[in-house]
Formats: sequence, C-alpha cells, structure tokens
Amino acid sequence: MGKRRKKTPFEFCCEGRLNVRLEGSVLLLSGNLTFGEAAGFTRHVLKHFRRDPGRKLYIDLGDVDSIDSAGVMALYYIQKKLSEKSVVVELQHATPSVADKIRLFYPEEEATVSPPRKPSFFEHIGGRVYHFFSSYVFEFILLAANIFYWGITDIFKRKVRRKGEFVNQAVLIGVNALLIVVFMTFVIGYVIALHSAAQLRAFGANIFVVDLVVFSILSQMGPLITAILVAGRSGSAIAAEIATMKVTAELDALKTMGLNPNRFVVVPKLYACMLTMPFLIVFANVAGIFGGGVAANIYLDITPEIFINRMMDIARNKELWIALVKSQVYAALIVLTGSFYGFRVERGAEGVGKVTTMAVVASITLVILADSIIGVIFY
Amino acid sequence: MDRETIIEVKGLYAAYDETIVLSDVSFSAYKGEVTVILGGSGSGKTTVLNHLLGLLPIERGLVSVLGKDVARLREVEQVALYLEMGVFYQTGGLLNSLTVAENVALPLTQHTNLPKDLIEEIVFMKLGLVNLQHAFHLYPSQLSGGMVKRAALARAIVMDPPILFFDEPGAGLDPVSLEVLDRLILNLKNKLGISIIMVTHEVSSILRVANRIVFLDQGVVAFEGPLTDALHSEQPAVQEFFSVMKNENIRELLR
Repeated sequence: MGKRRKKTPFEFCCEGRLNVRLEGSVLLLSGNLTFGEAAGFTRHVLKHFRRDPGRKLYIDLGDVDSIDSAGVMALYYIQKKLSEKSVVVELQHATPSVADKIRLFYPEEEATVSPPRKPSFFEHIGGRVYHFFSSYVFEFILLAANIFYWGITDIFKRKVRRKGEFVNQAVLIGVNALLIVVFMTFVIGYVIALHSAAQLRAFGANIFVVDLVVFSILSQMGPLITAILVAGRSGSAIAAEIATMKVTAELDALKTMGLNPNRFVVVPKLYACMLTMPFLIVFANVAGIFGGGVAANIYLDITPEIFINRMMDIARNKELWIALVKSQVYAALIVLTGSFYGFRVERGAEGVGKVTTMAVVASITLVILADSIIGVIFY
Repeated sequence: MDRETIIEVKGLYAAYDETIVLSDVSFSAYKGEVTVILGGSGSGKTTVLNHLLGLLPIERGLVSVLGKDVARLREVEQVALYLEMGVFYQTGGLLNSLTVAENVALPLTQHTNLPKDLIEEIVFMKLGLVNLQHAFHLYPSQLSGGMVKRAALARAIVMDPPILFFDEPGAGLDPVSLEVLDRLILNLKNKLGISIIMVTHEVSSILRVANRIVFLDQGVVAFEGPLTDALHSEQPAVQEFFSVMKNENIRELLR
C-alpha cells in the first residue's frame, strides 16, 4: 500500500490577484474576482466541495477589492451547482461596492429559456422532404413560369427593356466566356484523340479516331463542357449579383418602384444566355474537333484532308439540331438556377457566398441531368 | 474634483489621399461620462472613432486610450486593449450564422476559459440587462432592427468593458426604439460606471445621454465642453447645428 497523501488545507491563489483560504466553514476571499479569476476559482471550489453533501459553506467577500459580472455569476453558479449536491452556500460580509455589483448582476430567477424541441428522426426526414418540394421544386417551377411568361411577352416590347442591358449581358455571359470555352474544348478534343490513338493503332483502325472525336464532341462534350463552364462562370455571377441586390435592398427598391425584379433583372440575362449559348457551342465544337484533328495528325498520321473528308461523311445534321436544343435547355437552366438561388439569399454577406456556391453546384447538376434526359430522348 | 482622463487625443492628423480629413484634432474624454462626437457629414467623426479603435494607422498626433498610446501598441497589447473596450457598430455587426446567445458569448468563449454553462448564465444575464432574454436562441435575421441593436449592445458589454464606443447607435431606429436604446445606454453607464464615446447625429439622443460634446468642423475641434455650454456656444458651426437641433426638438414637442 502506498503512502496515504496528507490532506492539505483548501487554498487557492490566482497569480496573486485572488487569494482563497478555507477556515472551518468559511471560504475567505481577498483580491479581485473578475473575468481572469472566475474560471479557475469556480472549478477549484466545485472540485473541492461537491463531494461534501450536507455541508454549509460561507463565502466571505469582506476582502474582495473588485468584482465584475463574471465574478458574480461565478458565485451564483457555485451556489447553484453545490445546492444540487446538497451543499448550502451563503455569501457574507460583502463591501458596499461588491454588494452593489452582486445586486446588479445576480440573477433573480433561473434561466428558463429552453432550446427548441429537436424533432424525431422521421419528423426530420419528413420535414426535409416536404421542405425540398415546397421550398425548392415548387418555388423553382413558380419562378421559371414567371420568368418565361415575362420572357415571352417582352420579346416584342422594346419599351420595357433597359437600353443596352441585353447586349451588356450577352457580352458578359457569352463573349467573355468564348476564350475559355474554346481552349477547354480544344484540349478535350486533343485528349480524346490522344487516348484512343494507341488502341485504334493496335487494330489498324486509325481512321475511326475521326468518328470518335466528331461524335463525342458534337453530341456530348461540346455542349456539356460549354454549359458547365458557363454555369461556373455566369451562373455564379447571376446568383451573386441578384443575392447582393437583395441584401442591399435593391430588389425591394425595384418592387417599390413598381418594377418586377424578374422582368427587370432576370429576363435580359435569359435572352442573352439563350442567344449566345448556341454560338458558344458551335465554337466549342469546332475547337474540340480541331484539337482532335491535331492529335490525330501527330499520333496517327491522319492528314487534315483525310480527317475533313471522313468528318463530312459521318457528321449528321441531327447532332447539330440536338446541340441547338441542348443549348437552349442549358441556358434556361443556368439562368433560372442562378436567379432562384440569388432570390433565396438570407443572412447578409455570408448568405451571398453560400447561395453562389449552391447555384453553381445545382446548375451543373441540373445541366448533367438534362444532358442525360436529352441523350435518352434523342438516342 | 479631478476627473480621470480615459481618452486623450492631441494634434491628430488624418488624410485620405490628397484630402485632409483631420488637420489638428485634440480633445479629452473622462471616466463615467458620455462624450458625444458631433459634426457635419465628412467632418471626420468616424475617422476619429477609427483612430481611437486602432483601426487606422496614426500618421501624426497622439491617441491615448485608457492611458495607452494606441500608435505604439504591439498586436498583443492592442488585443488586450480591445478586451477593455466594447464597440457598438451602426449595423449591429452581429454574425448572422450564430444565434443571439452565441454572438454575445463569442468574446467569452474566445478570451476566457469559463465553463460552457457558466458562459450561458452570463449571456442570459447580459441579455436580461437589455431585455432580450427571449431572443436567446434566435438568429439575427429573426430580430427587428431595435432588437439587433440591443443584442449588439449585450455583446459589447459582455466582458464588462470600462469604455464603450458607439458608432451611430440610433441609425435606422424609430423614435420609440431609439429612446429605449438611449435609456439602456444611460442605465448601463449609471449602473456599471461605463464611460461612453458616441458618434451620433440623433438630436433627441444627444439631449438625453450626452454629458460632454466634442464638435468637429473643418478638421479641427470647434467646441469641446459640457452639453449645456455647447447649447450656448458662440461658435458659428456649433450654433448652427444646435439651432437646427432646437427646432427639431420643438417640432418633436409639437408632434
């Protein structure tokens, strides 16, 4: 058996600012009981006395020079916690200034605000599903209907359109995206041809690299990569712009001026995106096929003449029409998703960042889903 | 009776690019008083406040807060000084992703090692001081403008700072909410002995809470002294301001 440690009298000193000494049932405090000392004092007292049920403890504040709200609340907390362990704590001999602070800060009643009830697992799941349909699906359909209504009715009403806004948006959404779209699809076309080269060469089927590149670019990669890039670039910009307008009460100002924000802000973006997207896809297709052609020439010795002749044989008008349909669907989805999340912004600056991220994720997801559905329909 | 100086500004100069905002500003603020910094738009009130808060570098002059030369403070010392200050921003400055209680608790959780439930008790008590205990679990977006200001006030006083800075506390508040806020400010000043530095335009607020006026005009202090003296000042800019103020006051009485 080890040596039993001798019990030391209760003493506590917080870097000389607060001295605590136990004499019988009296805890003598001297110095300051403020934010700096409250934590250590509380822990020390609770640790020492909580295993002493039935005890009566007096805390003597006669030598306390200063006390603040943390000090008072520490005394309150000690009384509360020790009373749960049947230790009665009484304060005594407080100087007038300390007593004033105690009167000011000491709670008259216990904190009774309980947190909101947490729903059960099934309530939670049900709530989330209901929330998804009522707040996302239904609201999205409503917004889309509203925007399309104004989009269609305003086509021939030049008066209601802001002068120059359509061109401005077309430049922002379409023209400014051209370089990155062309570059990315060129690289993708090049990589598709490069990766197929080794396999095709093994079977002596070099010429089929043209089929592979042309079909994959025209029917899939060209439209999809363009849409993903526009969603990342312009979808986020649309969401951030509308969200900022909402946060800074610009949308409210539009409403109070009798202007419909959908009509005023979103419709020009919809026109611009729907008009520029087909052109972007055409450029993307050309760049992608060109990239594939370059790789085919380098790795499979397919000359430009052979590549072009083969391409003209296999390319069908159908692919171009499908690309056109896709461009309109993607453009509408990107603008609607960006606007939808922009209008949903809450909680100031932080909310703007949040809805922007959500808009990009949602619009890319929707574009890929739409691509799959169109692919199945036009298979 | 000698008063304890808590803020001393001497020969403060500030300029944005070529525009001189403060050419030579000197004034003092004393313990236990409400010092209101006044002046027209662009007179440099917010610039002075930002210098007091150490948010702008001091190009020329002396700014001393609670006896510490703000320009010479190292980062650690500046943080220590911040713990002795409460700052109330015009828009409240509450973090929207946190509940009211979490907002108020933020300085306590960051700067003390108090137990979590003791922090909750302190927060509850502080919210009680601004009559906002019922908003404990609410988010700032769920509060009215007046409630946001009161929550911000609770956060500003949570560390029992000896000095509180207010930047346009009444902006955007209706007269009733403004009076409630003013009464809270006075209550805190009287009960906690907090010294207050306030930048405000609100006529009724100035009359209700100010002890001392510092009037800025054209980059210098045009008047410094008690409110009663300011009301009878001979300075043209001060006279003009307070004549408008008196008219406003009369209009308010006629309402």
